[in-house]
Amino acid sequence: MNSRENILADVLKNQPPARPLPDTDVFKDDSQHVVSTYCDVFTSIGGQVFLAKNWCEVSALIPRNFDATKRIITTLQELSESFELISTTADPHTFNDVELAVIEAELAVAENGAVWLPEQRMGQRIIPYICQHLAVVIPAHVIVATLHEAYAQIGEGNYGFGAFIGGPSKTADIEQALVLGAHGAITMTVFILEQSPDVPFAA
Amino acid sequence: MEKITKDHAALAEAFIQNEEHVDWHDGALWWIRQKRDIASKKIPEWEALREAASQIKNNVLSNLHDYLLQFEANATRNGIKVHWAADAEEHNAIVYSILKEKDIRQLVKSKSMLTEECHLNEYLIERGVDVINSDLGEYIQQLDNEPPSHIVLPCIHKRKEEIGALFHEHLGTEKGVSDPTLLTRVARKHLRNVFVTRRAALTGVNFAVAETGEYVVCTNEGNADMGAHLSDVQIASMGLEKIVPQKKHLAVFLRLLARSATGQPITIYSSHFKRPREGQEMHLILVDYGRSRQLGRPAFRDSLKCIRCGACMNTCPVYRKSGGLSYHNTISGPIGAILAPNLDMKKHADLPFASTLCGSCSNVCPVKINIHDQLYEWRQVIVREGYAANTKVFGMKAMAWTLSSPTSYARMGKAGRWVLNNIPFAVNNKLNPWFKQREMPDGRKGSFDEWYAKNNDQTEEADEH
Repeated sequence: MNSRENILADVLKNQPPARPLPDTDVFKDDSQHVVSTYCDVFTSIGGQVFLAKNWCEVSALIPRNFDATKRIITTLQELSESFELISTTADPHTFNDVELAVIEAELAVAENGAVWLPEQRMGQRIIPYICQHLAVVIPAHVIVATLHEAYAQIGEGNYGFGAFIGGPSKTADIEQALVLGAHGAITMTVFILEQSPDVPFAA
Repeated sequence: MEKITKDHAALAEAFIQNEEHVDWHDGALWWIRQKRDIASKKIPEWEALREAASQIKNNVLSNLHDYLLQFEANATRNGIKVHWAADAEEHNAIVYSILKEKDIRQLVKSKSMLTEECHLNEYLIERGVDVINSDLGEYIQQLDNEPPSHIVLPCIHKRKEEIGALFHEHLGTEKGVSDPTLLTRVARKHLRNVFVTRRAALTGVNFAVAETGEYVVCTNEGNADMGAHLSDVQIASMGLEKIVPQKKHLAVFLRLLARSATGQPITIYSSHFKRPREGQEMHLILVDYGRSRQLGRPAFRDSLKCIRCGACMNTCPVYRKSGGLSYHNTISGPIGAILAPNLDMKKHADLPFASTLCGSCSNVCPVKINIHDQLYEWRQVIVREGYAANTKVFGMKAMAWTLSSPTSYARMGKAGRWVLNNIPFAVNNKLNPWFKQREMPDGRKGSFDEWYAKNNDQTEEADEH
């Protein structure tokens, strides 16, 4: 532990006099158009958006847009009749053949198209990365304007792992040519659920 | 990679041999700079965000000791094993010991400039550990046995045909295939197999939150997550300066980072690691490697505010036309040129001179580092400490003497004009460094003084009429 003590002593000796933290609570955006902004931004980063009135519509949209003969998994009870529920205890390597994962966002951010997914929403940490295609259900009322509002809502957060995911995996490492589908999902689709959270699920 | 003895000017000279390639490189980076401009202008509070980010980082540097202790305590409470490394050697030894204890001989690594600085790959390979870089650009650079030329776009200096040839040689793709989508798909398939077979994964760290003990890793490809979530042992390497005080400050930095880097509103993946997965080990190595020393240099400590977006490289006229590898340092471009002399002033004495001091780097920096001022400051230090190149020292002494009196200035001017007019071959040759890529002008007939004296008389005559 010698290095620890030495490093800390050097840092203490060399750090400049105290400087105050700025007030970052001034950054606020109470835009009323978060859903339309979200849709525009998410489309511009290569994502696909569907507006759905209820879970039935979501359920019906999936086989129309993805290969339902391949493995489709979900964390959502509402879709469990049609698709495999994600096991939270299975070896993460066993998900390498997943075609589509359907999960639900806790929050979504209009300014950058990202969804916030604490690990409980993923089923397992590897799910949104290992699947070939990722679909995320976003209840319309959880969309916020900017990252400032998002972090205010997340707070400390009870998760071991959480992530913002904003679009399909991408790279431009070869001559700046944009290629979707580097190592993570090749496509990302969101279903914005217009149904208010108070309305009970009706099949 | 340590073998390089050529300086920036000599390496840049090799890079500019292919004019068409240089023009392409210049344009590709300028295009990214333009994307940054478009993205930043969509945010009305952009300048306020830059100022806030700068002030948060000032606060971090002024209170780093306590923040490090707070981060360590919280991360430890979360179940992360925290290590401290004074230098590259100690960092590498820690990584190796973690792997050795588990008898792991294969590591998958996502992008980490710190581990490049530490030459971790070479260290591990010498000890029988196989390392694969999983970021596509870094993977390509590894295949070609070259370091990254840009911190965000590691192989931006390569044309797709060169990459196609590398894939043909190492991955068995058909000869002549250079389509970026096709090559990316081949790498995806190949690296999938790597991810699912590696028991250990190493990532870099973009931000570490003192308040909560979690750390954030940003990628576009998803490679850091593919490695981390399939591993039994997860290792993160971070420089001391990556601390942010509170979680809400992440909003400021994540809004600035990707927009400054590539013009994207946010990186595709911003992963927050707080606790290891059930049954997994999570290690984090806090690395000093010169950072505490830089903290003690008042003129240069602000370089530690850097969030590694690469905007200063994309905008730099010297970087765009000389390529990242000509900086012979892991972090190239303007920011690299102010970080590197702290580590080895003699070896990197040329870098602060690889700039026009135009100031564009400081103008795009998301945390408002005064990069061009520091480049200028380093030049003073390097000359004072006796590390400047002899030709530079001689040139500056000659210039100082020439400018020291009106008589010597007039005499040298006259001599110069005579040479240009009568024996131009004496300066139009390779021995004169100013002649490279330039035509020497014809000599003027007289000096400004002579012209002014003559012209002034005429004016006075005119006034008399």
